[in-house]
Amino acid sequence: MSFSQADLAAILLTLRLAATATLLLLLIGTPIAWWLANHRTRWKAVVSAIVAMPLVLPPTVLGFYLLLLLGPHGPVGKLTESLGLGTLPFTFWGLVVGSVIYSLPFVVQPIQNAIENVGTRPLEVAATLRAGPWDAFWTVVLPLARTGFMTGAILGFAHTVGEFGLVLMIGGNIPGVTRVASVQLYDHVEALEYTQAHWLAGVLVVFAFVLLLVLYTLNPVWRGKQ
Amino acid sequence: MKFRLFLSALGCLFFSLVSPAAQASTVSVAVASNFTQPMRAIARAFHQATGNQTRLAFGSSGNFYAQIKNGAPFQVFLSADAAKPRKLEQAGLTVKGSRFTYAIGGLVLWSSRPDFVKDGASTLRHAHFNKLGIANPKLAPYGSAAVQVLQHLHLYHRLTQKFVMGENIAQTYQFVMSGNADLGFVAQSQVTRHGKITQGSGWIVPANLHKPIRQDAVLLLPGKHDPAALALLRFLKGARAHTIMQSYGYH
Repeated sequence: MSFSQADLAAILLTLRLAATATLLLLLIGTPIAWWLANHRTRWKAVVSAIVAMPLVLPPTVLGFYLLLLLGPHGPVGKLTESLGLGTLPFTFWGLVVGSVIYSLPFVVQPIQNAIENVGTRPLEVAATLRAGPWDAFWTVVLPLARTGFMTGAILGFAHTVGEFGLVLMIGGNIPGVTRVASVQLYDHVEALEYTQAHWLAGVLVVFAFVLLLVLYTLNPVWRGKQ
Repeated sequence: MKFRLFLSALGCLFFSLVSPAAQASTVSVAVASNFTQPMRAIARAFHQATGNQTRLAFGSSGNFYAQIKNGAPFQVFLSADAAKPRKLEQAGLTVKGSRFTYAIGGLVLWSSRPDFVKDGASTLRHAHFNKLGIANPKLAPYGSAAVQVLQHLHLYHRLTQKFVMGENIAQTYQFVMSGNADLGFVAQSQVTRHGKITQGSGWIVPANLHKPIRQDAVLLLPGKHDPAALALLRFLKGARAHTIMQSYGYH
């Protein structure tokens, strides 16, 4: 059997990382998407550009600067150390932080589009029925924009599973802590263990296909108007 | 770094197109990334001495191995280890008898902090450091050499908990340089010039604590009858190239 204990551990860690990151991405991404959908100031362009930056920057570049920024000489690293949290590189939570930054546009943009498509009219109606903004969000926006949230969640999850360069730079390849499936796969290839690499790659391919199949099946907009 | 690499690659390409030199031609070389700095200097000296140009690609030996097996048009391969050139030779992808050790690497226990490392063995033994950066011993010869040193000092099992692993020696250097790992085993070529530690503090590991880190070169089939490729291999064995390598911490 070419599928080892270490491969399995890497896959489980990847799923845990992706689930944690997705949850945080929804919590952080939703207010950003909400703000972007409901504001027409010049700051909107600036914030949109910042959110979309990870689409352009090579992940290894992003990872390298996170390593410097989160390290003991970097401003964020100094802050986390003074708070008694230690530094983030080489930890699971370091990867979570990296993943959230890296996958942010994949979550914010679908949610923002969905909220924009809901428009202001349903909210105005809700307001006349005395729904507060918080109430209106839960009972009006969330149900109407749910495919956007679903799309954002699945894309964020999938993108975190597929992330490699960033994890490579700040992970340190510690088994069970930061050695995710993509890094394990890279190690197999670099060590010329092509059989193991093919197995692990096969699992990832099937997983990716199933996940995206679910996405396109669920999403009526992407399935095309029928 | 990448940008400078890009510029110099662009420069090489440009000059190889416009260079009027009559017989000189261009050798395409795949170079293990740990040998980037000395190879640039050697390529300049090679050009001065012979008029030939080099087109250098830097990267991981494992990637180059896969690319060469799948028809990459490199003429010369300078690997970070001895195993991959040997495997290519067994696969019949090299010119028989061309394989040789072009450099032997040195290992340094290094910290970016001044005065952190005085006597390396006791620094390791006291274990007052957060993390120990090493190159992945499965992939990188510098990593397996580091493991041998730790085994030799009977510290391997005590210190595995503190390992953070880089995919290659360049990444290991980044972990330590950025201060994320207090300490790490890096290549002598990364932190010394002319036998002296240039930044931070370090311990040049005595060569008898590990097997020699042999880096082998091989002539690939596309370079078989190429005079410039043969000239480069000759040049790598010569005194001038060795002086350059030594200044970068290779033997």
